[in-house]
Amino acid sequence: MALIALLAIPLIAALLCWIRPLRAFAWGITLLSTWIVFGLAVYVSAEVIATGRFVAIPGWFEADGLSALVLLLVSFVSALASVFAGGYMRHGHEENRLWWFYGNYNLLAFALLAVPSLAEPNLVWVAVELITLFTVLLVGFDSTSSALEAAWKFAVLTIMGAPIALLGFFALFWAYHSATGGAWETWEGLRLSAASMDPNLLKLSFLLVFVGFGAKSGLAPMHTWLPDAHSQAPTPVCAVLSGVKTTVPLYVVLRLLSVVLASPMGLLGNWMIVMGLISVGIAAFLLLQVRDYKRMFAYSTVEHMGIILTAAGLATQASDFGAVSQMLNHTITKSLCFYVAGVILLILGTREIRSVRGLFRMSPFAASALLLCSLAIAGAPPFPIFLSEFSILSAGVRAGQLTVVAILAVLIVIAFIGIMFNVNRMVFGKPEASCPAAALPLSCRFTVLAAAAPVVLLGIYIPPPVQELLQLAASQLGGH
Amino acid sequence: MPTTIPEALNTLCAGLILITAFAMVATRQVQGVVRYFIVQSVLLAASSFLLAYDHNSIHLWALGAITIAAKVLAIPWVLKRLLPSDFYERREIAQAVNIPASLLLALVLTIFAEFLTGPLVAAAQNVVVSVNLPIGLAGILIGAYTLIARREAIPQLIGILAMENGAFFAGIAIAPELPLIAELAVAIDVVLIAVVVGLLTRTIRKTLGTTEAASLSELREEADAWR
Repeated sequence: MALIALLAIPLIAALLCWIRPLRAFAWGITLLSTWIVFGLAVYVSAEVIATGRFVAIPGWFEADGLSALVLLLVSFVSALASVFAGGYMRHGHEENRLWWFYGNYNLLAFALLAVPSLAEPNLVWVAVELITLFTVLLVGFDSTSSALEAAWKFAVLTIMGAPIALLGFFALFWAYHSATGGAWETWEGLRLSAASMDPNLLKLSFLLVFVGFGAKSGLAPMHTWLPDAHSQAPTPVCAVLSGVKTTVPLYVVLRLLSVVLASPMGLLGNWMIVMGLISVGIAAFLLLQVRDYKRMFAYSTVEHMGIILTAAGLATQASDFGAVSQMLNHTITKSLCFYVAGVILLILGTREIRSVRGLFRMSPFAASALLLCSLAIAGAPPFPIFLSEFSILSAGVRAGQLTVVAILAVLIVIAFIGIMFNVNRMVFGKPEASCPAAALPLSCRFTVLAAAAPVVLLGIYIPPPVQELLQLAASQLGGH
Repeated sequence: MPTTIPEALNTLCAGLILITAFAMVATRQVQGVVRYFIVQSVLLAASSFLLAYDHNSIHLWALGAITIAAKVLAIPWVLKRLLPSDFYERREIAQAVNIPASLLLALVLTIFAEFLTGPLVAAAQNVVVSVNLPIGLAGILIGAYTLIARREAIPQLIGILAMENGAFFAGIAIAPELPLIAELAVAIDVVLIAVVVGLLTRTIRKTLGTTEAASLSELREEADAWR
């Protein structure tokens, strides 16, 4: 039941935001619904840790370790981002259009939650499409020419992937249907009968879905929409976009990869490693020449998607664990990065790295938060991303993929230099002009502190339930 | 070779669908592109009805009905409601690639699709699959090409929807037993694509006074080297 309530609540909230007398309370409704959903996701995850599986309606709504992890991440980010939105969206946005923003925000949350909770792959495709559509409306919310351009690019590039992925899902259904003689298609069923499915068909289907959904995850070379969308969207949306909207389509690709790994052919792993490394490489070099700090964090998302893909492509048990921890750590850290970017944007009103100097003297709070989140996202110890990147690299060494490890390590270092070089210039030095620092809304301050807590904590101590959930999720990826 | 009359007629539909895809590439008028899309959707539904009759499949009857409702009725209606009529009277003068070259490219894409699906078709030993799968893939590729080559917003949207038609045309052959709920959800999704992109187009026009997607080129900086 919890799984169904978890999907119904955002839908009801979206409907309530639409009703005219309630429009003034749209923020309160959103806050309430996202936090209830977060509570439910924690409950579902606890059940999954205890029993290995949470089944609401068999064959329709099910959650295992991997989906529980994604559910938890989605609900955590959307809950905190809705707190942030309360203070942030009041500045520079028309009060009477905010209900439209929150309505869409709830719909986006619904679609993001639906992907991991659905067990039927074709319906998952629909949910991924819904994510794209609601995101388009949120990216273009500001209606400035650059926001609309970002929304258009995003719409064209990512909706174009949809029919390609759809054909992939049709091929998957064909393969499954001919292998089982008409059984109901679920992720679990696919994995169990992978060995008897036509390998050519399975390969075709994986490649089509990979191309179609890779564009949505921001993997190179179809990443060009990502920095535009993530720099132009309202900041609370950026946190959701960069933190979980890219992770969710990748989750679908990883699910399908686990099906492919359960079948006799194994060549696709190398393919994924190459694609992952290309993404990391392109992002690393773009990070060196970036001029806008929101775009900087967006490119870092491309980098991390590439790292997760590479780790999953190594396909050993250790690298799978690295991949899911990287998923967790990237989400919590990247959403923090965008809250901080939003705070700086509120204070200074500019997105250009060049025009931010000596932030430390203007706002010690924003400056220290920026330093913390940049170190964390770039992968400095003792932050959690350092741990997961290290575990991926060491898994690579143990798998004998020394070239991959070497390339990945060099690229991670380049990305680190790119991020820290820019952040260093922003935080230290003398402010150019004495810019009147705008007062920060309380909700923004609270969000930054609340989002920073797990980033600091998970680097030092991983609570046993989280560890267990990660292990369960990793075992779903099917590495050997 | 086709064995039954419905299968033969399905092959005819496949040929006509391919022709409409080519026509979308070659048409300059926005209204014309929309019309060809409607014709293509009718053909898709017809093909679905023919195979439904042939296989006695309730799924395919329903799929044909869903296609008519979503693509022949709902999408044109949505576009008409959202966008003022002068949208459709526009003619696209400047295309990225001229029309004869575009048609040649579309032909190359068709042959490529035939080549790609060859091994699968040979393995399947099924007349309908051997017709629908390559033509469906060709539809997807030509739709993607339309999307890239066109500069106006509406033809770009129709390009996406034509890709969807291609996927479905292959789908009725390779996945005819797909759960109805999934088919219905996909159809609703396709209509939503039209709504969202239509809304976006309307806002773009209100703000910028143009619907030429190509004129959107402010956001370029460090990424230039990679585009």
